[in-house]
Amino acid sequence: MENTEILKIEDIEKYYGSKSSLTKAINGISFSVEKGEYVAIMGASGSGKTTLLNCISTIDKVSSGHIYVGGKDITKLKGNALNKFRREELGFVFQDFNLLDTMTAYENIALALSIQGVKPHLIETKINGIAKDLGIDEVLNKYPYQMSGGQKQRVAAARAIITEPKLVLADEPTGALDSKSAKMLLEGFKYLNEEINATILMVTHDAFTASYAKRVIFIKDGKIFNEITKGDKSRKEFFDDIISIVSLLGGDQSDAL
Amino acid sequence: MTLSKLAVKNIRKSIKDYSIYFFTLVIGVIIFYVFNAIESQSIALSVSKRAYETIELMNQFLSSVSVFVAIVLGGLIIYASRFLIKRRNKEFGVYLTLGMSKRKMSVMLFFETLLIGVISLFVGLILGVAVSQLMSVMVAGSFEADMSRFNFVFSPKAAVKTGIYFGIMYVVVMIFNTVSVGKCKLIDLLHGDKKSERMSLKNPIVCAVIFVLSAALLGFAYYRMINILKMNDVKQVGFVLLMGAVSTFFIFWSVSGMMLTLFKGMKGVYFKKLNSFTLRQFSYKANTMVISMTVICLMLLLTIVLLGTAFSMSRSLNGNIKKLLKCDLYLYKGMDVSEDVSADETESGILKDLSDNGFEADNFSDMVKYYVYGEDGLTEGSYCGEYIKELTDNYLFVREENLLMIMKESDYNKVAELIGQEKIDIEGDEYVIVGNFEPSLEVRNRLLKENKKITVNGHELNPKFDHCINGMVSMIGTPSEEGVYIVPDDAVSEDMRRYERVLANYKEGSDAQKAAIEEKLIGILDMLWDRDASISYKTKEEMKAASTGLAAMVTFISMYVGIIFLIASAAVLSLKELSESADNVKRYDVLRRIGTDESMINGALFKQIGMFFLFPMLLACVHSVVGFKTANVILESMGSKQTIFSLLSTAAVILAVYGGYFVLTYFTSKRIIKG
Repeated sequence: MENTEILKIEDIEKYYGSKSSLTKAINGISFSVEKGEYVAIMGASGSGKTTLLNCISTIDKVSSGHIYVGGKDITKLKGNALNKFRREELGFVFQDFNLLDTMTAYENIALALSIQGVKPHLIETKINGIAKDLGIDEVLNKYPYQMSGGQKQRVAAARAIITEPKLVLADEPTGALDSKSAKMLLEGFKYLNEEINATILMVTHDAFTASYAKRVIFIKDGKIFNEITKGDKSRKEFFDDIISIVSLLGGDQSDAL
Repeated sequence: MTLSKLAVKNIRKSIKDYSIYFFTLVIGVIIFYVFNAIESQSIALSVSKRAYETIELMNQFLSSVSVFVAIVLGGLIIYASRFLIKRRNKEFGVYLTLGMSKRKMSVMLFFETLLIGVISLFVGLILGVAVSQLMSVMVAGSFEADMSRFNFVFSPKAAVKTGIYFGIMYVVVMIFNTVSVGKCKLIDLLHGDKKSERMSLKNPIVCAVIFVLSAALLGFAYYRMINILKMNDVKQVGFVLLMGAVSTFFIFWSVSGMMLTLFKGMKGVYFKKLNSFTLRQFSYKANTMVISMTVICLMLLLTIVLLGTAFSMSRSLNGNIKKLLKCDLYLYKGMDVSEDVSADETESGILKDLSDNGFEADNFSDMVKYYVYGEDGLTEGSYCGEYIKELTDNYLFVREENLLMIMKESDYNKVAELIGQEKIDIEGDEYVIVGNFEPSLEVRNRLLKENKKITVNGHELNPKFDHCINGMVSMIGTPSEEGVYIVPDDAVSEDMRRYERVLANYKEGSDAQKAAIEEKLIGILDMLWDRDASISYKTKEEMKAASTGLAAMVTFISMYVGIIFLIASAAVLSLKELSESADNVKRYDVLRRIGTDESMINGALFKQIGMFFLFPMLLACVHSVVGFKTANVILESMGSKQTIFSLLSTAAVILAVYGGYFVLTYFTSKRIIKG
């Protein structure tokens, strides 16, 4: 793999609240993600993982530290430059799908392209390709309310990847799915990562979901607690490793599972 | 806590949601009160018979419009209450979860509706009185007319009527609420906001068929509308209006169903920027707004026609006074054919009657007395032939059996000198037509070009010119001289006299002196009238007042109703779009999350709101072409016409109010979706 750093996080901190009652949601986190990596960030509720993702996705701002995406410091971006960055460099998959309910799956995916000014005649081929890859070609003309949760999330994944972003950010993508749908989505992610070489950063508190990633970073109380890589292990072995670390995370373990 | 207290608390708590409902109700009450206050105004001004016919026609119009207004408002209120109930689903769910019975919930809603109803009625009536006063002051200021006869005071009849109508509407709303509460399921109430609304897509082929059918129906309604008025079959106007309304509804229904399919076909447009999103939003909303858009479209139509009419009326008013009131007095009297015509002219007639009663001719500085002659069988019908239908179909006062009005050349030239018209020199067997009622002149011009001869008293006369001379021989305040035939003096015999007429100016003096002469004269004339020596009269001063009064009144009512309809429709659209924007905050958030530029989002918002404002306006403009044609029939008989000026003024007012609402809605929506 060529040595290209897609995401580099340098000692970021994020505080909430006033001086009298300061909450450090993120308390000094640094790590980086290489091109083509598939990283999961795990942690219990309140560990700061969603805040971390929000800061990377520029939905939230860090209190201190720097985040570089493709070498560009995104903590310095403002206004339309931010939108441009988000539109061109990032793809999002949200827990609650965030599909537009007035539009069909096809149109939802197409929207990501048309706001980039992609020529309408190019859109169709692109969508048909990705839809086949993710197994959603059947539902392209359906509305979100006509789809299952898994289908919706795969449509969201297609929307995130279709613009060929540097980095796909997924926030609890399986959170609202049943286990079968979750598995199908994760297979989809795996495909995107392995075949299209998409770089994926996923936040989850579910060990099964995390076990699909190639690397898992554990966060506790706003700090990195541990980090493991899959290497040549089977997914089952990797899952067991994750479980053992989750048990070490202590505290509200049940919540973490 | 009693249910009534809970109801009060609820209103306070959800004041934001209620404010839309409340606002709608208050606007409704204001419009209804103001409208009925107009109807109950006495419009029995002393006006000519022709003007009276026009007023009659207008009254018939107003009363059918009034029913329409009531239906519109009823629908609007039920819509607004439905909107409110939907927004509060979750709250109702919590009540049910906590064990409140549906019956109690209905009672609570009853109290809420009652309270809001009473308050809105009260506020609406107060504002309604204020609005009507304000507008009457404004309009009165722009006319020289004595508006004391047309004052807007508090109209108890209108207030009571408003109360009753709205009472009925509130009861309907209560019944509606009770039914909807009875039907609802707890699960739907609690998760109502999460369940995304289904996109009920219409079949585009069905839409296309319906569109063609409704366009055809509309065309037929247009055709009927124009022709019904020609046939004076005013009773059917309501039916034709209904036909127009129904076809309007189905046009909106089908277009809102089709347009998405149409645009989807144009991939280059559809998938450009946020167009797909905007069009989806629009067509989704448009599908649920067919009724409201129909109502708004019809209200806009009324606005356009009323404003256009009002502007042309007010403009032609001053022109008429200057052009048509050329002397101080006009007296006329029908003559008994058997009367002894050989008697000396000073022995009988109008002037004799006056001097017998103490009014001498020396009160006049100039005076012309003349006769209008007629010959049995020489009628409008016999002269105009097949063309007469064009006139009798359109104008109430033109009748086939009317005798042609004939005047001696010498008499005409005396009249012409008095009122400042060019004299006519007839040589030999010729005749000339003088008139100023355009539609009638048009027909006669055609006949003159055909060299139509007439035979008067055995003399065959040829037309001197190939066109009518624009002018008049009387003073009736409107350009409705249909055509007077000026013939050589020796062509008529004195036993053909039909009318005796006098045109005169008062003796030079101050305005007060002239007024005194007029007062004395009218006193005598009124007395003579009682004694059955019927001399009719028109005086410049009286006609000035009446004509101004009538035109001012028509202008006033039209402008008034027009602007109120305009405000109402713009306000409803605006409210709908604002609540739509509030519902859409989440969708715009999604757009932002996937990296859409603010400017692109604003552009989409602008287009969406713009389309909602434009859609009903477009159809209203098409309707108004026919509307203007219809209004012209009425206008022409009052001596007025639609002009470019009136169209431009109408456009300016509409642009200011409607456009203002649009801009306001856009900026407020922009603030709402910023979150």
